Amino acid sequence: MKLLINGSPHDVPDGMTVAQAVQTLTTATTGVAVAVNDEVVTRGSWETTALRDSDRVEVLTAVQGG
Amino acid sequence: MDDLIIAGEKFSSRLIMGTGGAPSLEVLDQALAASGTELTTVAMRRLDPAARGSVLDVLRERGIKVLPNTAGCFTAGDAVLTARLAREALGTAWVKLEVIADERTLLPDPIETFDAAERLVADGFTVLPYIGDDPALARRLEQAGCAAVMPLGAPIGSGLGIRNPHNIELIVEAAGVPVILDAGIGTASDAALAMELGCDAVLLATAVTRAQRPDVMATAMREAVRAGRLARQAGRIPRRRYAEASSPMTP
Repeated sequence: MKLLINGSPHDVPDGMTVAQAVQTLTTATTGVAVAVNDEVVTRGSWETTALRDSDRVEVLTAVQGG
Repeated sequence: MDDLIIAGEKFSSRLIMGTGGAPSLEVLDQALAASGTELTTVAMRRLDPAARGSVLDVLRERGIKVLPNTAGCFTAGDAVLTARLAREALGTAWVKLEVIADERTLLPDPIETFDAAERLVADGFTVLPYIGDDPALARRLEQAGCAAVMPLGAPIGSGLGIRNPHNIELIVEAAGVPVILDAGIGTASDAALAMELGCDAVLLATAVTRAQRPDVMATAMREAVRAGRLARQAGRIPRRRYAEASSPMTP
């Protein structure tokens, strides 16, 4: 299936979880938050939340600003 | 200096720092240390796997409380999602709410800001909204449950100082929550003026991070905020049209 992870298209195996999608970018699990299709997925649900074709996954962290 | 209290939390520094614009994390770290700040903003952005070091590590090492902002958001919906992501990533329900109207002025959009503030307050956030120097909007946001109001002195990064001191005074007079002068500070006298006008704190970033010597400017800002606060508490003399002798006029 195809995902958009932080705006980039990715071809990934069916059933990929949010946790696995995050791992394509970082091994960090703190200081990071995830939204799928503009809804927050809490850290405790990353392992059990399966992604679907065409999902938009946003993985955010804090940067300098403001 | 007396403590600043926001939403029941005490801060001994009345200088809130931003982290934008610093050339490196090392320069930022030195400037934050010199400023004496205890509360500092960060932005939320897509994770960059190539990024080295994190602003969060700098804040953690210094024991500075992190205040995520919603910079870059143009709609209430974007800002609410960003605040929720920040709460998830950083473990804080505090948010500097910032909803921008356009990229040229970066002025805050009052309609979207108010909408987002109501939604975030209802969701349990401690909301500190960035607004224009508008006393009516400040009052409405306080009534909506915001923990502070953050009127601008001038556009973000402009260094133009406080363009409408009268409006800032009107906001201060009416406010029951802390008033934090945010944006427009160019140099130390601007920060001192904000405090003399009765603001409870000053938030600045660019004036320090893009100064030629950020750590020295951070020290200047720390002293200016302190001096301005003390001057406010001391009660300044009235302005007079003509001289008033301070020495006896009779020989």
